[in-house]
Amino acid sequence: MWKLLKIELFKIFKRPRTYIAFGAIAAIVFLIQVALRFDGKAYIDLLLNNLKDSFELSDEFKMRILNGYLICFLILNTLLIQMPLLVALISGDAIAGEANMGTLRLSMTKPVSRTQYMLIKFTASVVYTLALLLWMAALALFGSMLIFGTNDMVVLRSGGIEEMKSFDVLWRYFAAFGYAAVALTTVSALAFLLSVFAENSIGPIIATMSIVIVFTILSEMNIPIYDQTIKPYLFTTHMVAWKGFFYVKADAEGTTINGSIENLPAVMRSMGILVLYTIGFLSTAIWVFRRKDILS
Amino acid sequence: MNVIIQVKHLTKDFREVKAVDDLSFTVNAGVVYGFLGQNGAGKSTTIRMLLTLIRPTSGEIEIFGMNLLKHRKDILRQVGAIIERPDFYKYLTALENLRIFGAMSGIRIPEKKLMDQLAMVGLAERANSKVKTFSQGMKQRLGIATALVHDPGLIILDEPTNGLDPQGIADVRNLILLLSKERGKTLLISSHLLNEMELIANSMLIIDKGRKLVEGKVHELFDPAETIVELKTTDDTATYEKLQDSGLQKFVQGKRYDCVMLKLHRNDVPSVMKELVQMNVGIISFHSKHSLEDYFLSLTTGQTHVEAVKD
Amino acid sequence: MVHGFFFITGKRLFNSIFVMALSLFLSRAGAGQTPTADSLISRVKAKLDKVNDYEAKGKMRTNVIFIKAPIANVKVFYKKPNKLRINNEGGISFIPKGSVNINLGNIFINTKGFDIIDLGKENGTNLRIIKLLPKDENADMVLSTLYIDETQALIKKARTTTKENGTYELEMTYGKYVDFGLADKVIFSFNTRDYKLPKGITFDYDDGSKKAEIPDTLKNRKGKVEISYSGYTINKGVPDSVFQ
Repeated sequence: MWKLLKIELFKIFKRPRTYIAFGAIAAIVFLIQVALRFDGKAYIDLLLNNLKDSFELSDEFKMRILNGYLICFLILNTLLIQMPLLVALISGDAIAGEANMGTLRLSMTKPVSRTQYMLIKFTASVVYTLALLLWMAALALFGSMLIFGTNDMVVLRSGGIEEMKSFDVLWRYFAAFGYAAVALTTVSALAFLLSVFAENSIGPIIATMSIVIVFTILSEMNIPIYDQTIKPYLFTTHMVAWKGFFYVKADAEGTTINGSIENLPAVMRSMGILVLYTIGFLSTAIWVFRRKDILS
Repeated sequence: MNVIIQVKHLTKDFREVKAVDDLSFTVNAGVVYGFLGQNGAGKSTTIRMLLTLIRPTSGEIEIFGMNLLKHRKDILRQVGAIIERPDFYKYLTALENLRIFGAMSGIRIPEKKLMDQLAMVGLAERANSKVKTFSQGMKQRLGIATALVHDPGLIILDEPTNGLDPQGIADVRNLILLLSKERGKTLLISSHLLNEMELIANSMLIIDKGRKLVEGKVHELFDPAETIVELKTTDDTATYEKLQDSGLQKFVQGKRYDCVMLKLHRNDVPSVMKELVQMNVGIISFHSKHSLEDYFLSLTTGQTHVEAVKD
Repeated sequence: MVHGFFFITGKRLFNSIFVMALSLFLSRAGAGQTPTADSLISRVKAKLDKVNDYEAKGKMRTNVIFIKAPIANVKVFYKKPNKLRINNEGGISFIPKGSVNINLGNIFINTKGFDIIDLGKENGTNLRIIKLLPKDENADMVLSTLYIDETQALIKKARTTTKENGTYELEMTYGKYVDFGLADKVIFSFNTRDYKLPKGITFDYDDGSKKAEIPDTLKNRKGKVEISYSGYTINKGVPDSVFQ
């Protein structure tokens, strides 16, 4: 099993396409960091606009808010929407790419069961996804911490402001990255499933992105008839639950309780739903693939 | 003699199309088994079923005396194959590709063996070149190296000379003979080119439209004394019907758009001619053919070959 | 800071002994009869006037309906007549506008004096209620209602309406620095605007739980900032640069 996984990882990390994603992440992170380095104050002004009448918002204060922790949060906000594409780039290619290259039929004449083959392929895609996340964490979190320094973190929600002490932030990021790993694994499983049906990788990649985009729009829109009917069941609704780790509990006085999470059960529930989706996608993929006649 | 492949009543339906229809055949140990048929006859589907790429709709396959679906891993460990074009990871080198497929075969293959294998097919110098720089012929050679790298007892080659130049074809032919005669391997080789098979195969199966036409030893199938006759008459349809009702019925092989096909022993030719004349058949030409190719064509292009084979 | 208190120079020591004696005398004198509002205000002012500047350390709690903020370690700097700054040295705190008014002296800064209205004592608390109306029509302050502890000449509560920053309220608890009229704990209540950001900017995670709708009456609820001082360094000089 390990030997076969090593082969898959070798194949993934030997192909140039793999590094497009790493390059894209580096570019996006860098561009956001540069933009916020030079224009961050204007952005903070925009966010805090309707507080300026009630609070003292000095330039120094704004620069404190714009610290590495917030920058990383803003990057994750942007990037985790783009990440599915990068994940699909490899996962959508997993089976379809082999079919397209013609290597699938040779692989399937080898003494490896189809279930085993699928599990190894999927594991390899997940390893790739994790590598991508680690790369992103290194650049977006540690990079921003280096460039912008750290301070207390201020998270702006539509209905309020969450503030937490700087010592109370890093573990939240580890949890959030862990959550993002689960969320992206779900996307990976979807792309992987679609990959089983196709004989070139463009189809599954585009299909995955289309599904993610449409579902995300549905998740983000506030349409009453969808809110309680389909929204709770769309996996995209739950993909943003990593933010739940940055929503804190407050005591009766409105004081942040250090180390608290506002609604951990909801975050865990969201994660559970994503895990169920992942299991569903993966077992469907295996089920289909086991019955599939390989004609490529 | 040991039976290596035993296929019984194998059938595969793709929705409406019956790609393979009640096919049974036996491959004995140590033979070079030619699997013949025109493009689309069902060869590839059959080979893919032998390699578990396609699930049979019905029927049974035993390889090395074991049920294929039940002992898939044990069997495939001892099978090497090329299916249609040999395709590889283009962004990897020949050696890397060979190493990957070798490792997937479930046995540890030392690097030296990998290099030896590449040398055997004449790719030693290109071992570290990416496959995307390879010609079709080079890929074919790498395909053969891949099929052999784990030292399988049964080798299945689907159109192995496709895309090769005459020298390459000769090389492959020699390699097949070497594997069979000196290493005692069993080979199942499909082709749509009969003359090529004539040179290497001991036994042969000819299929058309998914059904078996004939199976047997090559020298038995193709008796030099046997001949195929293309009989052109003033009215082929009438002649064909007349012959069905006559004593010559046993010789009738089928009917083509421009002639009636007969199969007969050289010794029978004079009496058959005589009878045709007596039956008042307006003979335009009586053309006898002698190669396996002609035999093959006579089998696979005759519209009523199914009846013919049933005889 | 306690040591700041003990190292008061001779003249100041004299002053403070004098003021203490005076206030003792006055409070004893007042035991029988009620002082006039004017004299009470003067006593309060005199006490506050002893402080030229201070630097204080404390913990700040922010209680605004839409902000969850941790307790912050702050430094408060003051310099006469009306410079005040709250600094969160290490972290981030939202400091409400008008927080400069946690310095009680601000109430009395008025060039043209006040009209003083004496409303007598509050039921139950025994605090004297006095309203100040600035005579200067251009002053920011419109009206200030003070709740004063007569015996100690301390403002316990003040409600001030300003032109610029709305109405705010101060509530003081005194301890160690009572002689300077400096509180150990100040609660500053102020008006906040409603806060709302479009979801298109924040991309919130909606955890599906029904959020308790904030009733309209609470929406314009006052925000509160509570500072508990651990110590003051009084009259040791504070550079102007901290107020920049």
